[in-house]
Amino acid sequence: MDRMTHGSGGGAGGARGAGDALGTTRGIRAPAPHVVIVGGGGTGGAIAHDLSLRGLRVTLVERGEITSGSTGRHHGLLHSGARYVTTDRSSAIECSAENKILRRICPGSFEENDGLYVAISDDDVAFADRFLEACWQCAVPAKRINRDTALRMEPQLSPALRFAVQVPDATMDAMRMPLRFFATARRHGLEIKPFTEVTAVKMTGRTVNGVAVRDHSTGRDYEIGADVVINAAGAWAGKVAALAEVKVPLVLSPGVMVAIRGRHCNMAVSRLNSPGDGDALVPQRGLTLAGTSSWIATNPDDLGLPQGDVEMIVREGALMIPALATAKIRAVWVSARPLIGEPEPRPRRRARSAHAATSGAADPATDGREPTGQPSPGRELARGMRCLDHATDATPTQGFVTVAGGKATTLRAMAEVTADLVCAKLGLDCQCETADYVLLPHTAWYGA
Amino acid sequence: MTSFRVYRSRRGDLEPHFEDFEVEVQAGATVLDALLAIRREMDPSLVVRHSCMHASCGTCGVRVDGRERLACDTRVADVARGKTIRVEPLVNQRVVADLATDMLDFQARLEPVGLPLLRTAESEAGAEPPDGIKSYVRFESCIECGLCLSACPVAHLDADFIGPAALAAAERIVEEPRGRDVGTVLALASEPDSAWRCRDAMQCTAVCPSAVEPATALSRIRRRVAVDGARRLFGRR
Repeated sequence: MDRMTHGSGGGAGGARGAGDALGTTRGIRAPAPHVVIVGGGGTGGAIAHDLSLRGLRVTLVERGEITSGSTGRHHGLLHSGARYVTTDRSSAIECSAENKILRRICPGSFEENDGLYVAISDDDVAFADRFLEACWQCAVPAKRINRDTALRMEPQLSPALRFAVQVPDATMDAMRMPLRFFATARRHGLEIKPFTEVTAVKMTGRTVNGVAVRDHSTGRDYEIGADVVINAAGAWAGKVAALAEVKVPLVLSPGVMVAIRGRHCNMAVSRLNSPGDGDALVPQRGLTLAGTSSWIATNPDDLGLPQGDVEMIVREGALMIPALATAKIRAVWVSARPLIGEPEPRPRRRARSAHAATSGAADPATDGREPTGQPSPGRELARGMRCLDHATDATPTQGFVTVAGGKATTLRAMAEVTADLVCAKLGLDCQCETADYVLLPHTAWYGA
Repeated sequence: MTSFRVYRSRRGDLEPHFEDFEVEVQAGATVLDALLAIRREMDPSLVVRHSCMHASCGTCGVRVDGRERLACDTRVADVARGKTIRVEPLVNQRVVADLATDMLDFQARLEPVGLPLLRTAESEAGAEPPDGIKSYVRFESCIECGLCLSACPVAHLDADFIGPAALAAAERIVEEPRGRDVGTVLALASEPDSAWRCRDAMQCTAVCPSAVEPATALSRIRRRVAVDGARRLFGRR
């Protein structure tokens, strides 16, 4: 059977690279407009790269170290889109397209190990046809793998395995892949200021024209002027918007992640069912990352760690790979998905297998997964991105854009949409070039 | 409450000094959790690097009571024992501010060798890749955290010493060249400030959070350099 990594050979077909000669003012009359990006996560880095390629002058400020928010903390899965085919088709289609692009522009950043969706219960089996059909409709390559073959591919899978579906997921280093965007953007003139916190958004009337910042590494306060300020602060986007008296419909949906010692699978293993708590296992170096859960939080700096989530995640993971039940845990952490939308307030739901435990219906055939269970708070929100031009708010604010939502797999696409909007606002006619631009390696980030 | 004594410094006018904080830590909390609680609740100006929170990214290396550790991988309960916990930046690397070090020095040492990022996966026993895949690839174990360089007594005395991580990377390339020129890497390893400067203090291996075992790699590459040198001396290839 062929490997399912969908994508052409990296860098082929006229792709440009960061080593090419640079035109710093391509298509724009000097002096180029100046854009300030608030937030040094993957989204901010990808926007900085996109705008720098288009010839704009860009400054990026980040309160802490680069990638110290949600970016570095995710499970490191490059989505094929399969996770979302039954719940959020536009996200699935977007992931499928970006998966191919990222493999092309970030050669060497991914373990091309594919993903395996495993059917264990009757409910999973019943779900499979709908899943495969939806994968086909969303252009996500998916191939049914029989039980014996799947067990040969991943020997630690549960003997209760019925069959599996292979999809072109991949795994990445959650910090080092985005670092390539920062490194490449800096080569193109990006000014980057880590440990620099925005203390105020500078405005004349309702027009944003810069930010006031404090550099924590020097204790110095100063101001940076801007033609446009982009709020790419992720989980902190609400706080940054509030500095400009702008409200964004941001919902913080944190989840718990558990790093389990030992590499118990080589492919990204997911439960063949609707997205649910504890249904993903991602190998990272010598660890297996298990996740996740979902609830609604308000303070991005203090997300909390709900009692029982770790046990639930290990229990759900062990349904797929039994050895996880007794393996040692190396780390437990919480990461907030910054989602866009207004969810119905709803009490936190128990995990699916907890239902079985409390009802005593621990039937190994169904393992207690609720076929029609409601998703956890936060899961019902689309994982798509939104780029908000605050000039179109009820109380218009000029020169201020917020981008939120999305996911690591779609960071480049989020940047393209945002950069298109910013260029339109500035009256610039310049095209996005990031889909074919091979990025510098992550080690270039550390270069002078 | 747990007491922390944290190293503070600023570019500019602030002289390096220690500052004490009392932190209420939850069961299972890590030193990084405590540092972030200090930044959140007591002093937003505390500069600390972090990213993945699970010992994969290598950004949160600090010295805890004099020992190099990843802050995210060090439980407060394991190091507190009723006393004040002292947290300082790594040494042998330039401090940006407070606990953050600039990784440029570390990376500059790695750069001439090159980081062997990918290699054949260490599959679990009995695991076989699917049909059509010759072998899995995975990231090399080194997470570029710089703990080994900080702990190395030779690097402390000789700023030009290439250091444990670079030599461990060199050894990986010699073992599994993947098209790289082994001769160039061996030449780098046989330079005066390279493999022969190591004095087998073994501190690199002791502090490595990723089981790279630089000291073992170092002894292997020294042997290889010696054999290579002898062959050249006696004209055998």
